[in-house]
Amino acid sequence: MQEFLQYLFSGITNGAIYAVIALGFSTLYSATDLINFAQGEFVMLGALLLMTLWTQVSMPLWAAFPLAVLLVAAVGMVFDRVAIKTVKKPSPILLVLITVGASILFRGGAMLLWGKHSYSVPAFSSISAVEIGGAYLFPQSLWILGVVLVLVAGLNLFYHRTLTGKAMQAVAINKQAAELLGVASRKMTLLAWGLAAGLGAVAGVIISPITMSAYDMGTMLGLKGFCAAMLGGLGNFWGAVVGGVLLGLTEAMGVGYVSSSLKDAIAFLLLLLILYAKPTGILGKASSHRF
Amino acid sequence: MQEAGSKTIVAGLLLALLALGLVLVPVAAAEDTIKIGGIFAVTGRASFLGDPEKKSMELFAEMVNAAGGIDGMKVETVIYDTEADPTKAVSFANRLINQDKVVAIVGPSTTPTSMAVIPIVEKAKIPFISCAAGNKITNPVKPYVFKTAQSDVLAVKSIYVYMEKHGIKKVGILCVDNGFGQSGREQLKEQASAHGITVVADETFGAKDTDMVSQLTKIRGAKPDAIICWGTNPGPAIVAKNAQVMKIGIPLYMSHGVASPKFIELAGDAAEGIILPAGPIAVADLLPEGNPQKPVLLDYIKRFNEKYGSGVSGFGGYAWDGMKILDRAIPGTGQDKKKIRDNIENIKGLVGVSGTFNFSPEEHNGLGDDSFVMVRIQNGTWALVD
Repeated sequence: MQEFLQYLFSGITNGAIYAVIALGFSTLYSATDLINFAQGEFVMLGALLLMTLWTQVSMPLWAAFPLAVLLVAAVGMVFDRVAIKTVKKPSPILLVLITVGASILFRGGAMLLWGKHSYSVPAFSSISAVEIGGAYLFPQSLWILGVVLVLVAGLNLFYHRTLTGKAMQAVAINKQAAELLGVASRKMTLLAWGLAAGLGAVAGVIISPITMSAYDMGTMLGLKGFCAAMLGGLGNFWGAVVGGVLLGLTEAMGVGYVSSSLKDAIAFLLLLLILYAKPTGILGKASSHRF
Repeated sequence: MQEAGSKTIVAGLLLALLALGLVLVPVAAAEDTIKIGGIFAVTGRASFLGDPEKKSMELFAEMVNAAGGIDGMKVETVIYDTEADPTKAVSFANRLINQDKVVAIVGPSTTPTSMAVIPIVEKAKIPFISCAAGNKITNPVKPYVFKTAQSDVLAVKSIYVYMEKHGIKKVGILCVDNGFGQSGREQLKEQASAHGITVVADETFGAKDTDMVSQLTKIRGAKPDAIICWGTNPGPAIVAKNAQVMKIGIPLYMSHGVASPKFIELAGDAAEGIILPAGPIAVADLLPEGNPQKPVLLDYIKRFNEKYGSGVSGFGGYAWDGMKILDRAIPGTGQDKKKIRDNIENIKGLVGVSGTFNFSPEEHNGLGDDSFVMVRIQNGTWALVD
């Protein structure tokens, strides 16, 4: 039981991280139909910027956290303006390749700025771990879960209760119709990029006390986040959360009850099985072409 | 006048060639220098090895040249960057042999690049001193292949000897899922029984994994007397932090892969109490007076820091030792590669940064038990234990 609980806590914590990264994928996909392979690099930038602002510039955490997220969101928006908007004939494959190139560029830039080694930051709160039935729940896990819940609730409110959110959805559903109705689709795309990059940065910020931050941390996290988004159904917010947590739990249980050397294999096998049975993901809509 | 004219033409041609990128290495007069090749992962993921190795090799050449060179000839180093890529290592090794005509090669930094280069140096019959740790480089022995890095065989032995002395019978092992971890894992499993130790849990983690709680939980379930984690940063630092937060209550041992101040910085107070084998360079100041390695280590550290400011590590020592071996083997050979090789094989009692080298036809690494000391992390620094 003690073991099971520990695997559960570990799986949910990791799953929540994957979920935030998956949310970034979904946000951008639902607004622009684009899969951004530089999403993992936004995570890395968030983690490294937090490290710089918090431990090197000595800003308080409450200021460093939002500032790191805003800076990365700005990077995302600049990237959209400079590299995506300027493409003359945007075809999906071309745009995806641009994001792949961007991920390499961001990684290289971060390597030059921060060097090749890893950095660590302290946990957000110095309270010790909570013991539940012999298993320990890390205080940072509580932070991660809390932030994820706030984000999902906030995104839901944004999309369903605000005019901007609704306009963004309208652009995603039918760009030309939305434009005819006076929605500035370019602005919405820009906003989606900022939102996606910011979400990536949030993931980076909240995990940096658990993992170390380094210029090359984004690739694997981006891949896991992408898997989570696919599992849950790309473009669906609750799907991103369900996919993330499911992936995290499968990994943790896989390590615990099967073998740690098969950890990634089990997770990817699950992805293949689910996509085989339901190609649009667990909560994805039946057709990949909406409406 | 005419001579000056032809010189200008030659210079012009050379410039043109340079501009075309055809002449990459300045062609120096071969007669009055001894050329030694170096191939290291100066950039890329293994740059933490290659960068100090390159610096150490250059530093050693400078030191030898300041003292008059070898046999009255200056030592010239020709160094290329492999980026830890076996394909690049092979093409640079070929270039060193065929184009630069070096008498010996030091490097590469990693085991895969070294293994890729070995067939070439064996064919060309050129003395080759690898700076990588892999046991398979010199086991089985190949005539022209030597290495200066301690192999994990000795690191594992040091840990098990220590454990045997302290009555530890059951261990759980947690190794990173890459070449370093796999090699360590093999040795940990192979050598255990010789020291009366049983491996009761055997887990792995990915080099980029962010959380090892599940693996640690599973190992704890097997109730070992100690846990040995085998990896290089940052994984082991995460393991240390996880173990601390989940109050695992089992002594943690690590490999020599984290024997650097960086690990203590990353793991913070979670590093306290961890025991690991370290190259003597990490604890040079703490070694007792009269230890033959102490003056060698302090001299190397001083020279390195004077020239480069910081960043001295045992890794650079691998190339330093490689140069030291050549410095001993080359004099009097007239740059005959076969004679250099024979001389290396006969070196006995050469005190280097990594340990004392005693080569023989059956032993091409030459390091003994003194190449590792057991240390405990205490108050954010190393303390000797025995």
